[in-house]
Amino acid sequence: MAECHPVGFQWVTEARLRGAKVFHIDPRFSRTSASVDRYLPIRAGSDIVLLGALINHVLTGGLDFREYVLAYTNAATIINAEFRDTEDLDGLFSGYDPETGRYDPSSWAYEGDVGRMRMLSEGGLAHAEAAGSDSYGARGAGASARPPADPTLRHPRCVYQILRRHFSRYTADLVEELCGISAAQFAELAEAITANSGRERTTAWVYSVGWTQHTTGVQFIRAASILQLLLGNMGRPGGGILSLRGHANIQGSTDVPTLFNLLPGYIAMPHAHRHDDLDDYIRGEGADTGFWGNRRAYVVSLLKAWWGDAATEENDFCFDHLPRLTGDHGHYATVMGQIDGTVKGYFVIGENPAVGSANGRAQRLGLANLDWLVVRDLTLVETATFWQDAPEIETGGPHPGEIGTEVFFLPAASHVEKEGTFTNTQRLLQWREKALDPPGDCRSDLWFFYHLGRRIRERLTDDEIDRPVRELTWDYPEEGALREPSARAVLREIGGIGPGGRALSHIRELRPDGSTSCGCWIYCGVYADEVNQAARRRPGREQSRVAPEWGWAWPANRRILYNRASADPEGRPWSERKRYVWWDADRGVWTGADVPDFEEDKPPGYEPPEGAKAEAALRGTDPFIMQSDGRGWLYVPSGLSDGPLPVHYEPHESPVRNTLYGTRANPARRVFHRRDNPYNPPLSSRFPYVFTTSRLTEHHTSGAMSRTLPYLTELQPEPFCEVSPELAAEVGLVNGGWATIVTARAAIETRVLVTERVRPIRLRGTTEQQATEQQATVHQVVLPYHWGYRGLATGDVVNDLIPIVLDPNVFIQESKAGTCDVLPGRRPTGTALLELIERYRRG
Amino acid sequence: MAGGWVSRWPLVRQLRGEDGRREAARSARTDALRPRVERADTVARSVCPYCAVGCGQLVYVEDGRVTQIEGDPDSPISRGRLCPKGSASKQLVTHSGRATQVLYRRPYGTGWEPLDLETAMDMIADRVVRTRRETWQQTRDGRTVRRTTGIAHLGGATLDVEENYLIKKLYTALGAVQVENQARI
Ligand code: SF4
Repeated sequence: MAECHPVGFQWVTEARLRGAKVFHIDPRFSRTSASVDRYLPIRAGSDIVLLGALINHVLTGGLDFREYVLAYTNAATIINAEFRDTEDLDGLFSGYDPETGRYDPSSWAYEGDVGRMRMLSEGGLAHAEAAGSDSYGARGAGASARPPADPTLRHPRCVYQILRRHFSRYTADLVEELCGISAAQFAELAEAITANSGRERTTAWVYSVGWTQHTTGVQFIRAASILQLLLGNMGRPGGGILSLRGHANIQGSTDVPTLFNLLPGYIAMPHAHRHDDLDDYIRGEGADTGFWGNRRAYVVSLLKAWWGDAATEENDFCFDHLPRLTGDHGHYATVMGQIDGTVKGYFVIGENPAVGSANGRAQRLGLANLDWLVVRDLTLVETATFWQDAPEIETGGPHPGEIGTEVFFLPAASHVEKEGTFTNTQRLLQWREKALDPPGDCRSDLWFFYHLGRRIRERLTDDEIDRPVRELTWDYPEEGALREPSARAVLREIGGIGPGGRALSHIRELRPDGSTSCGCWIYCGVYADEVNQAARRRPGREQSRVAPEWGWAWPANRRILYNRASADPEGRPWSERKRYVWWDADRGVWTGADVPDFEEDKPPGYEPPEGAKAEAALRGTDPFIMQSDGRGWLYVPSGLSDGPLPVHYEPHESPVRNTLYGTRANPARRVFHRRDNPYNPPLSSRFPYVFTTSRLTEHHTSGAMSRTLPYLTELQPEPFCEVSPELAAEVGLVNGGWATIVTARAAIETRVLVTERVRPIRLRGTTEQQATEQQATVHQVVLPYHWGYRGLATGDVVNDLIPIVLDPNVFIQESKAGTCDVLPGRRPTGTALLELIERYRRG
Repeated sequence: MAGGWVSRWPLVRQLRGEDGRREAARSARTDALRPRVERADTVARSVCPYCAVGCGQLVYVEDGRVTQIEGDPDSPISRGRLCPKGSASKQLVTHSGRATQVLYRRPYGTGWEPLDLETAMDMIADRVVRTRRETWQQTRDGRTVRRTTGIAHLGGATLDVEENYLIKKLYTALGAVQVENQARI
């Protein structure tokens, strides 16, 4: 965090000055490790062992925040009798189909939900194929908000008991064995987080792509969720699981998604095999209880925003104008499509896959096989110039004269040359004022897509396939000599418009009858009172520490989600110290430092009447209002494609055996067995070392915005690998010299930094047999990945080393734990380089 | 001692033992220096374009040029601070390596050619319309899909919310489903 979110880290420093104890758990020693109380080096990819052991420690010691757990989580809920745990099936849950490598999740259901889940399970599978299993996170339509439960937590099939059994073998010993963290270090961590949780205190977990870029990434975060729910740290000040996102508007690009599986506001794209019409889609996409129960209003308002007057009750509000998914249409599947020739045209906007995505060679082969490519950026990035200077040219790959891709490069406006909104990592929308016009041909992406859309519309015919584009609302006011479309008008459309054309102020005003329009329901109200709420700039020092009048947070300007949980079931603060949002019985409203994330006037004693729907079906004590049962889910009955509980699996490529189960790696991970994407075999002596990618303060992602600047390039001029003195001695590396890193995909060279900051991970076997077999040292190589073949400082592309193998829930690649070999010296060039890689592939 | 210029000379004062980080660092010249932000014609309130902390920035413009970008002390997130990247962002918008011209590389070409922006926009629109028609899928496995998988998009995550919105809206209407961004990566 100090390394990659430096200014955010000032708040960690403030907390430390006030007595907070801070641990840093990371394979790599960074500026963060240097500024905390304890640094725990961990073997890359073993985090569920550590988190599972913490969960086990809490459960066996009875250290959970019992009142919170009983009232606010699904600990007491009973799971149906068909469910089998990984403890029973040697690393598999019930429902696994070895032929397809996919799970049928119906047996994971709550008691009483199984039959219904079975009906939905076909849809569950179809959705998993399209990165949409989360749309079943609400247990599907017809689920009861009051599933069977045992508040004594003694029922053998209640979630609490299932958790106890599931994590019982995750012990301090196992942490020593698989993570390389000593029992004493573990004990200190476990003591610190349990002592610092409860009524009076809260503990926060912070993560970044070190948790997400794994084939088990979603389950890493799930494991943290379980721990935080057990300790009562969700929805409370100083608690939570904070995701530090890497880019200025990466949160906004997820909320208003340019993602294949989503429509704005986390609404699933319709699927061809699941959804015939709007009613069908609304029925299939979640539960009727909790706030998702209002999804018809969210979806219809979106359709009205896009198709305006053309969207009517009679034509399903143009629901059929939406294209349908049939499977994986994600980034990596798209690259395969380019290589195979199905993708003809490609827009790359402010992105640089030629060096920034996994398996860079496959990315560049894909670019070389397009009909046309449009690149927009501040500088000529590698993706625009791949035909001229890609590394393949030197090794006999396609030469410019053989590449038929027609390339358009259009220069982009910078962040000060346009106005618009970034949504930061706290879900806070901040509007930027424009400082000046962009130079030359530079234009905003808003300009580009608006005018492109305008031109496409001029070319339309009366043909039926053109109707959705013809009927699209595309009439934004143009401003200035450059004819810039009004970003304010776009934001106002996103924020929602009601009858009479007035801007909406709150999500609760959205209607399912077509009388409201809203481009992204979670952003509803961002233009309340015809004021751009994201542009609010009341200085921080003139406000409370919550600072509600700086920018605007979704939803409804709430800064901490699920903050009803900051009060006890009766609505009183858990303690004076942790007072945040509470029930004011005299006024009959929730109040406090933040906007309550709850219906303002629903009393703590509210009991839903029979047959109640949406939020009305949740009790006054149910804080997790997006869930169908209003509870925080320790166990996830539906919504994940690789199991209801986190399980330790080894990374796809790993030099270490999985001593916990016979199932070595995540059985549901997505693999692409293709010639252009070869894998290192696991446990292979050819690839004995682990590599993990990393970032530096002075650079940004794959470098297009940093290695083009003299200031930043001077500060970090060259790619390097960080290795321990032990590994350096083993391989023969010299500080300041060169190393060659080899995988089945590529061999790259970097400078060597020999440093004690990288610690060899010593794994200890717990049984005698393991002690001989497994008492091993795992050497980890740390690779900052900011460079490419252009810019002021150049270097080999680290992403070329990484295979395309994906987490099964969100289809993100495993960049944080792979295997490699390390050789001293520079890599060969020309065909000798290919021969080296080929030798490693064959073994 | 008389107050001659020599005795007021910072070097002399510091050699005499005065603290070089305080008063003794000042000279008539440094007293006359004014911050360049004082001369700015306008100040825009902006946000750092690098990571997702979202530090506040003040962008100073003089004679139509960005002369300085500083941390915004009003921001409750950053309290005026910027890290090395945020502090370098003036260079990001003013450095000489920025591309300001449309470029075109024809199929099998060996070099770039200049192209007029309006022409480029027309050519791109033509290609979208043509490829969409050529790769249109009305049905697949007997189900209506109404889409094209011939056109794909990959965006960065420093695009604005409003930009993402128009992108998703336009592609969805066109039936292009392979629309992705950095958040997948
Ligand atoms: S100044 Fe640094 S910490 Fe702040 S938003 Fe920019 S990159 Fe992030």
